[in-house]
Amino acid sequence: MTPKFRHSPPFLALLIFMFAMPSEAHAAKISELVEVDLGDQFVRFFSLQDAAIRHILLGCLFMGINFGLLGSFVVVRRMALVGDTLSHAVLPGVAVGFLFTMSKEPWAILLGATMAGLLGAATVSWIQRSTRLKQDAALGMVLASFFAVGICLIKMIERIPSVNKSGLDHFFYGQAAALGRADLWMMGGTAVLSTIIVVLLYRPLLATSFDQVFARSIGLPERMLFHVLMLLLALAIVVALQAVGALMVSAMLITPATTAFLLTKRMHVMLCLATGLAIAAGMLGAFLSFVGEGLVSHALPTGPSMALCAGGFFLLAFLFSPHHGLVFRYRRHLSQTRQITVENTLKAIYRAMESDRFKEEGIAVRRLAGDARETFEETMTRLRLLVRDGLATFASTRGEVIYLTPEGLQHASRVVRNHRLWELYLTNEADYDADHVHADAEKVEHILGEDQVMELERYLDYPEQDPHGKRIPSLRDTQRLPLRDLAVKEEEVEP
Amino acid sequence: MTDPTSPSQEIVLETHDLTVAYDKKPVLYGIDVSIAPGQLVGIMGPNGAGKSTLIKAIMGLLEPAGGWIQIFGESNKSQRKRVAYVPQRREVDWDFPVTVMDVVLMGRYGHLGLFKRPGKRDRDIAMEALEKVNMIPYAGRQISNLSGGQQQRVFLARALAQESDLYLMDEPFVGVDAATESTIIDLLQDLRSQGKTILVVHHDLPTARQYFDSLILLNMRLVAYGPVEEVFQEELLQRAYGGRLTILSEVADATGEKSKVDLSAKR
Repeated sequence: MTPKFRHSPPFLALLIFMFAMPSEAHAAKISELVEVDLGDQFVRFFSLQDAAIRHILLGCLFMGINFGLLGSFVVVRRMALVGDTLSHAVLPGVAVGFLFTMSKEPWAILLGATMAGLLGAATVSWIQRSTRLKQDAALGMVLASFFAVGICLIKMIERIPSVNKSGLDHFFYGQAAALGRADLWMMGGTAVLSTIIVVLLYRPLLATSFDQVFARSIGLPERMLFHVLMLLLALAIVVALQAVGALMVSAMLITPATTAFLLTKRMHVMLCLATGLAIAAGMLGAFLSFVGEGLVSHALPTGPSMALCAGGFFLLAFLFSPHHGLVFRYRRHLSQTRQITVENTLKAIYRAMESDRFKEEGIAVRRLAGDARETFEETMTRLRLLVRDGLATFASTRGEVIYLTPEGLQHASRVVRNHRLWELYLTNEADYDADHVHADAEKVEHILGEDQVMELERYLDYPEQDPHGKRIPSLRDTQRLPLRDLAVKEEEVEP
Repeated sequence: MTDPTSPSQEIVLETHDLTVAYDKKPVLYGIDVSIAPGQLVGIMGPNGAGKSTLIKAIMGLLEPAGGWIQIFGESNKSQRKRVAYVPQRREVDWDFPVTVMDVVLMGRYGHLGLFKRPGKRDRDIAMEALEKVNMIPYAGRQISNLSGGQQQRVFLARALAQESDLYLMDEPFVGVDAATESTIIDLLQDLRSQGKTILVVHHDLPTARQYFDSLILLNMRLVAYGPVEEVFQEELLQRAYGGRLTILSEVADATGEKSKVDLSAKR
């Protein structure tokens, strides 16, 4: 059995359990349900028992596919504002489509809204070409004015008597429960179209998005691909309008894609991640609005709750993404700081031992505190880090004394070696004065890698003394080091 | 891989009375050059002399306002598979979510057309190109984690993967480290020894002398074109770099203004 199916039995059991559950009241409208238990509601929502809920979830699926795929290209092409503008510019088209048929006829609204969106895009590029205004200004201007026209038209429609205009406000804030069969067909059709085009034309789309000029130079139809992308985008926005609303469409378009951008370095992974995130945000958002409805007995719009979920995902990625997430960066910073403290403490002990010519194994804590000009407690705190890492042990015969373990001594020699090699390199090769090199070596000693140290050593022709006349621990010292060997070597170095 | 059907004496690139305009404002006037194969040609001139514009026009990225361009005796757009273009490094977004290998493979897209996927042969060619610029260890790295010199080498590898006969490079030596500069120049000489022709927009006068076989000196007009020894003369350089040709640029500015006036009148 492949690992993929290993989890099937419990999953199947869950499904069977869901369907076998006695269904509670098939309400005609979701808002008629009054359930309080979140678990029950979760099961009910995602068990696909209600036709209305099936419509919602299917709508979220299609919308997620559209926005995940197209949103990714919008984000990497730095066209986020274009998406935002397009989603507001479609509103007058919705109103015109409605006026044309005097009802919420999906096809008329689709046509009107798409036309309005394309008109908005054309206006932006026309303004850009014929004035000195840059794209952001043109976009902002078109966004606001088209949206204003849309609001005015819809307010006018609401004043017309004898017209069923219920649900017009869904175009502002979104109501997934209002999705009808025709809406779903259009959403599904657009999702299939987007998927086919992105899969078939993935490489040309990638090349034109990354480097337009190069793409044109190899004969790719860069303009044509751009227009295909814009047309798909307009369609995707229009068909999602009912579920998310004009105000929140751009959030669902941009946020999942930006989240995916933080999480990956490959475009095809970004496309898949963004799609998954957009679907999840849509479904979770719809569910939250469904739960909320039971609580406040008022139709809650789905757009804002979907956008909130998408934003929540982004926040999680921003904090916890493995390489750039804030939390991981902070933890890495902390562990680096700790490492530097440990290494500096080791070095101080080594120095103290060195000045005793390695005749004593233990070093009194009081003496270390005196050398470092800090209090006894401060030194003890640092030393405890060493003990915790197994690099040293305490003994309190005549006051506290610290003893390095063999690992501790190796590690200490390594740090001292890095420090002294770097000092020598700076004085010999970079013409630093001997009294200028210490501060720099203090930083570099912690970050030199094994290979760099060996290269440095080869380059300096295996030196034995640093610029201050101190012995540089050899590679063997850092690997295996009985103390008496060090003591013998120290004798040899003495002139 | 030179095309065996094309005789070696064929002219690679010829422009005749080529005039190119940006926003109706002429940037290049009446350029005539004719370049024989197997040469390393430097394109030099002050800022705003139209160096990049010349390259973009040859690539067919800008429509000439007058004159014509022929590559291997045919129209420039029909010869796209035989011409590789290396844009300026700063023209793209280096945070784009692609790896070094992804970018180099794009060099094969011109041969693949719209729908075909790159096969093993394409990958081999891309790998070979990466090897030539010493970038194999970085093949799987995202392009945002590269130094300027490494970015330039990625662009070069992408051009190599195109397997072209004519290479057009826009300032490949700007902002790269010494190691990259010597890698690039070795590579260019290697390409030349295979009979390919390379046009390079270049800024640095002292190195131009040692890098190139011939020079195109531009300052909106063609100031000089010929072997380096002939072009590298005090008087010619003075003419190219000693300020813009005053009258010509004034006329150009006036034409630009006029076109703007026309447009506003239409509105």
